[in-house]
Amino acid sequence: MAKKISILIVDDEESVRDSLFNWFIEDGYRVECAESAKKALSILESDNFDIILADIKMPGMDGLEMLRRIKFLKKDSIVIVMTAFATVDTAVQALKDGAFDYVTKPFDPDDLSHLIRNASKQIALAEENVVLKEQVISLENVEDLVGNSKAMIKVLRQVEHVAQSDSSVIITGESGTGKELIAKAIHSNSQRKFFPLVSVHCGALTESLLESELFGHEKGAFTGAMYNRKGRFEMADGGTIFLDEIATIPSKMQIELLRVLESKRFVRVGGNKEITSDFRVICATNRDLKSMVKEGTFREDLYYRLNVVNIHIPPLRERIEDIPLLVDYFIKKYCTSMNRQPITIDSAALKRLEGFDFPGNIRELENMIERAIVIGNGKEIHLKDLPLGKEIIDNSIESLEESEKIHIQLILTKYHWNISRSAKALKVDRVTLYKKIKKYDLKSAD
Amino acid sequence: MNPLNITLISFGYFEKDFLEKLAEDVTREFLLPVKIKDGHLDLSEFHDPARRQYNGNRLLKEVDSRFSSESLKTLGLFSVDLFIPILTYIFGQALLNGRTGIVSLYRFNSERYGMKKDDKILLERFKKEVIHELGHTFGLIHCHVPTCVMRSSTYVEDIDQKNQNLCIRCRTELKLFP
Repeated sequence: MAKKISILIVDDEESVRDSLFNWFIEDGYRVECAESAKKALSILESDNFDIILADIKMPGMDGLEMLRRIKFLKKDSIVIVMTAFATVDTAVQALKDGAFDYVTKPFDPDDLSHLIRNASKQIALAEENVVLKEQVISLENVEDLVGNSKAMIKVLRQVEHVAQSDSSVIITGESGTGKELIAKAIHSNSQRKFFPLVSVHCGALTESLLESELFGHEKGAFTGAMYNRKGRFEMADGGTIFLDEIATIPSKMQIELLRVLESKRFVRVGGNKEITSDFRVICATNRDLKSMVKEGTFREDLYYRLNVVNIHIPPLRERIEDIPLLVDYFIKKYCTSMNRQPITIDSAALKRLEGFDFPGNIRELENMIERAIVIGNGKEIHLKDLPLGKEIIDNSIESLEESEKIHIQLILTKYHWNISRSAKALKVDRVTLYKKIKKYDLKSAD
Repeated sequence: MNPLNITLISFGYFEKDFLEKLAEDVTREFLLPVKIKDGHLDLSEFHDPARRQYNGNRLLKEVDSRFSSESLKTLGLFSVDLFIPILTYIFGQALLNGRTGIVSLYRFNSERYGMKKDDKILLERFKKEVIHELGHTFGLIHCHVPTCVMRSSTYVEDIDQKNQNLCIRCRTELKLFP
């Protein structure tokens, strides 16, 4: 149901106040009256009104002065001024001082209805605007940044501080810790939030492609360049450019990049016109740039240019207290996207997750939960639904024995510790399987 | 407590047949007996020479104080041009949740708008506005249903667009008894 509009009528003539009061009451509005500007201002101190309908000519403080005072207190107030003595000067002055509209008494009933309808539309639009802005901000905000561990709170505080400045930032952390999310959070909390956040995954591009991607190119700059193209620096004008995997940038490009960061000016590939762009740089890497500087594979001057602020995101294994929160968050996220009822996780499975190393960090945990929701019973996530030690983490295992142990555990979990079915799946006999269970000291989690 | 009826008081000349038809429809809409009475007021006291119209606010107060003590709801019927200080004209007005309202026939006549005289349309418009103002006295506010008689009308064309009945929602909200 639409919100009930409230109207304050300010007029020294009782008959006018009564007429308007009755008219608006019949329309279902909340109405109050004040016989003077002074009374109106005192009412407005304790109550809010959507629309203030005020006479210009009143004894004591006039309507124009009251309008200025109301606008000073509440900039967005909708004030409609009325007068019996219409002059262009007063009308212009009222509108200049921020009146929403100006009417001459007496007016047609239809004009009054239109006036209030227009003001109501304006109120609805302003409210919608606030809601939409909040939605935009919350969409881009720290929604995906989950965690209340000390380490994570420290990171979020840094984000908050750094967002207010225009300094370059390097975000470091292992793969899968959420470096891009931190970059998004910095951008969406900064004054640049209504301008673009442009991401470039430097590691995915060859040197020539990276150059064209960052600076853009003119038509005919190289084979296949059939049209002019804006580069990422140009696209990020007013906003932020996020350079992921900055450590992979070739040395020639490092020089170019340094020059652009210092001057904020560049030329498109194949072009000769200098382009200026106002952007903020945020970089991310999972490598130790300082060591690369020592080794001579990363330019020292570029390193210092980029490393004004460093935010380090700790790996998940160093903030295990965030795991239950993250698990909850991913369960909600995927149950919603798969249109399922929210499910839970049993304590054994959660305990195992908390004890797990997560070399792939949050990305790995997220994949695990998504998979568990897909293959699980739809009510609760059990240990058997979690691929602990299989697909996602096997890159960390080097010994054959360890790999065998994890694989057997996985198959046993899959077949609910049914020895015959597990042995059949493993293509070994039951005795061999028993021996392996004993050798690796495998136990059912249930 | 006032008797459970509605009184329509005519101030000025109205044809008997016209008023009886009006009373029938009001009875049908509010399911209450309707009485028709003649009222006498010196309208010159309510005339505004500068506007050449009659002050609706003052007329409403007068009818309320002098004529509405004998019925649950009383509606003054006029044939003069009504205004309230802030508006150029009104068709009628009522005390929301009160006991009195007024309506004037003056602006419902098609001849005023360059059209042919049409008594049927005149009666239709008048009936709708009488029911509309009585609806206010029963606590109803303006309705957004296009065909509901409680929809606000600022032009006669608006009145022609709506029915003479309350919509289901207004009927449900109707406070017939205090």
